[in-house]
Amino acid sequence: MQFMLLFSRQGKLRLQKWYVPLCDKEKKKITRELVQTVLARKPKMCSFLEWRDLKIVYKRYASLYFCCAIEDQDNELITLEIIHRYVELLDKYFGSVCELDIIFNFEKAYFILDEFLLGGEAQETSKKNVLKAIEQADLLQEVSWSQIWSLSPLVFSRTRPAEPRHEYFTVPVY
Amino acid sequence: MPAPIRLRELIRTIRTARTQAEEREMIQKECAAIRSSFREEDNTYRCRNVAKLLYMHMLGYPAHFGQLECLKLIASQKFTDKRIGYLGAMLLLDERQDVHLLMTNCIKNDLNHSTQYVQGLALCTLGCMGSSEMCRDLAGEVEKLLKTSNSYLRKKAALCAVHVIRKVPELMEMFLPATKNLLSEKNHGVLHTSVVLLTEMCERSPDMLAHFRKNEKLVPQLVRILKNLIMSGYSPEHDVSGISDPFLQVRILRLLRILGRSDDDSSEAMNDILAQVATNTETSKNVGNAILYETVLTIMDIKSESGLRVLAINILGRFLLNNDKNIRYVALTSLLKTVQTDHNAVQRHRSTIVDCLKDLDVSIKRRAMELSFALVNGNNIRGMMKELLYFLDSCDPEFKADCASGVFLAAEKYAPSKRWHIDTIMRVLTTAGSYVRDDSVPNLIQLITNSVEMHAYTVQRLYKALLDDISQQPLVQVASWCIGEYGDLLVSGQCEEEEPIQVTEDEVLDVLEGLLVSNLSTPVTRGYSLTAIMKLSTRFTSVNRIKKVVSIYGSSIDVELQQRAVEYNALFKKYDHMRPALLERMPIMEKSASNGPTEIVQTNGETEPSVEPKHPPPVTQPANQANDLLDLLGGNDVVPVIQTTMPTKPASAGGELLDLLGDLSLSGGPAPAPAPSVPTSQPPFLLDGLSSQPLFNDIAAAAIPPMTAYNKNGLKIDFTFERANPNPNIAVITIHASNSTEADMTDFVFQAAVPKTFQLQLLSPSSNVVPALNQGTVTQVIRVLNPQKQQLRMRIKLTYTLKGSPVQDLAEVNNFPPQSWQ
Repeated sequence: MQFMLLFSRQGKLRLQKWYVPLCDKEKKKITRELVQTVLARKPKMCSFLEWRDLKIVYKRYASLYFCCAIEDQDNELITLEIIHRYVELLDKYFGSVCELDIIFNFEKAYFILDEFLLGGEAQETSKKNVLKAIEQADLLQEVSWSQIWSLSPLVFSRTRPAEPRHEYFTVPVY
Repeated sequence: MPAPIRLRELIRTIRTARTQAEEREMIQKECAAIRSSFREEDNTYRCRNVAKLLYMHMLGYPAHFGQLECLKLIASQKFTDKRIGYLGAMLLLDERQDVHLLMTNCIKNDLNHSTQYVQGLALCTLGCMGSSEMCRDLAGEVEKLLKTSNSYLRKKAALCAVHVIRKVPELMEMFLPATKNLLSEKNHGVLHTSVVLLTEMCERSPDMLAHFRKNEKLVPQLVRILKNLIMSGYSPEHDVSGISDPFLQVRILRLLRILGRSDDDSSEAMNDILAQVATNTETSKNVGNAILYETVLTIMDIKSESGLRVLAINILGRFLLNNDKNIRYVALTSLLKTVQTDHNAVQRHRSTIVDCLKDLDVSIKRRAMELSFALVNGNNIRGMMKELLYFLDSCDPEFKADCASGVFLAAEKYAPSKRWHIDTIMRVLTTAGSYVRDDSVPNLIQLITNSVEMHAYTVQRLYKALLDDISQQPLVQVASWCIGEYGDLLVSGQCEEEEPIQVTEDEVLDVLEGLLVSNLSTPVTRGYSLTAIMKLSTRFTSVNRIKKVVSIYGSSIDVELQQRAVEYNALFKKYDHMRPALLERMPIMEKSASNGPTEIVQTNGETEPSVEPKHPPPVTQPANQANDLLDLLGGNDVVPVIQTTMPTKPASAGGELLDLLGDLSLSGGPAPAPAPSVPTSQPPFLLDGLSSQPLFNDIAAAAIPPMTAYNKNGLKIDFTFERANPNPNIAVITIHASNSTEADMTDFVFQAAVPKTFQLQLLSPSSNVVPALNQGTVTQVIRVLNPQKQQLRMRIKLTYTLKGSPVQDLAEVNNFPPQSWQ
């Protein structure tokens, strides 16, 4: 995958993940053009289109368009599944996700995406594992916040999580 | 200083802005606050500020002043800081800025962090946006992590390695040892990313590919894993609609494709599993179809056995009938790729493909159109053309140009009859005339010229089309050219193919003059019509009217038109004796390289863009002929016949004629890209151009008497001569073959050889059947170049089939009249 864009029906960008190096101006230009092209598509049209030398796979979920640009050798149908998997992850995390969740918690949407895809490829095919990793990272975040006033490295090293903590969370939840 | 507002608060505030200006104001205020906060080096709130900055960046506002802050966050010990810092780095930094290199050290430290989530962040960032320098510095760390037993890190390290290899391919070797045991993992995440890594390595390096095939025995391992996935029971963790880990299945199939390509052993090893996947996968949901799609791609790309290939094409055929348009689209794309290799199998699905032309979706229509053109052949041309013309009528403008070109190409290759061909061209010109490519005009004109018996029919139809509509420029140009050439046939009402229309000379001139004055005509079109009017001066009787028109345009504002008019005027006044010769009927032109739209030609795989003979089938190969004659005649004073070839350079006299045409069609306005047969020369003075080129007279300026060259067994061959004017070294001989026996002579081929000092060129015959009882003749034009003015001699060879038995004869022709070579 070269990049993924999430945008609303009005064309407002909600998330952009680029896996190829491009300057800001290029990114803006591509985003603008692509958003225009996808929004112009009628509802009955298929989810794939050719744009420049890329294949674009897009799907609309409620008011959000999820749009991926893949290369020639990539499988369009499985990309649709990847998009769907990402939406499922968001849904599980936020509990019935809607566009507002992604607007107000965009950084979390990024974190989830970064646990699912890396360098444009899926790194984890189990929904459970992705969500588990996010959960634990979130906990780590809370821990470090509570330490915010303590700048003593000794204190911090005591609470720095080690492997045992990881095992603790593998106990099944009832 | 009060604490900076929280992120959510900011988002809420900005969303209340009602206008763009209001939003900009809020953003600017907040940016100022953030900037001062950064200046104060406030560690506590840096994270919050950068997060806000990232939000504003997503809205489209500049955020570069936060780049260094991201680096500071990454260097912080707090996990929250690192998380936002790395996110900021991925969003705000890219490898074009030097700033990003400062990250390298932080990432290195974090790769060795004791917390796996910090390590994960570092791997993720490196794998998404690491530059070549960073990759070089950190490849060692990534390699180390690839060997760890922690599957969480191992899978990320694998994808990070993929990125490193993409950026710095030389480092690929380094990761080889670590790949040894990757596939023995149980963890699906690691398996998936390992397969991606192996795919990347195999795609990039043929050595790696060979290594993995032979030494590592990758194929059996992959087959085993895939088998387990399919056969194992329900696994809730990886299940998607009843299929176990489709993502992994697809990636494995893709790697198998690369391993099996051009390798018989590997292909054989995977035959069974591919058949199994193809037949057992559930097709009710997209997920199953995704796997089937990948399987089909793999089957078609490796050296699979034919049964498997047929299975694959049938899967695609089923896809075509699927309700889901995504599936249909994917099927059409795949069929397009396989149509050259498995043409017959794809033909079976032709009707479904043609139905897809009526689909609502643009992408599907385009694919269906390309595929339809690929499937056209001699057998289905009539039916297919009907569908394609219907499509041309109703499709969107973006398709029309390609469709028109495709139709022309297909018609040229497979036209069942000349009349059908002309009709098809007419249909395209009238329905999509303005979308036709500019180089089609000369091609069409050439085609029309060469269909001698259809001239009257063609000009009549074109004339009628002009009466209806003069807005489509290519149609108008072809029509005016034809009227100029064959206006006499039009007026004399000689049409055989359909009801001849009654047209007077004045009406024709009205139409042509109308083109000249119409606002719809482009300068090029005007040029065509003026020349057409001029040509009619030798074909019509109302010369005065033509003279008047021509002199009016002598003062036209359009320079091109003015130039032509002035020259034509001069033709009337000073060079009137040359006028008939100059404006004579064009002879049959040679066909040079045909060009259709290259994209369609390539997917066909059928035609080479450069060489496309336009002969009727029975003409034998030039090489064979040459050999035969050489064998036969033995001596070395004979030059083998050059059958009408496809000169891509207009070297011969025929080419120069095309020059003439080029002058006509390309002058005026920005010249569109011409066909390779027509050079983009500056249109010279028409008179100059003409005088330097040998012109051929069809209509015999009969100075040379005809002769009988051969008369035996009922076959009589007469030669008639035309002197090429003004080049007296070229003699144009037309042979007329007639048959006085009771049966037709079929597969008639005429060949000729001349002594070395001559050069000979044979054009295509009018037909290869000489009808019985002198009911008709076969004509063929021979051009002989005789620069040394030696006595003309010729040896001819005749082959034909009479009453089922083949006949062959040789003869020498020595009775050429002296005028033919003096």
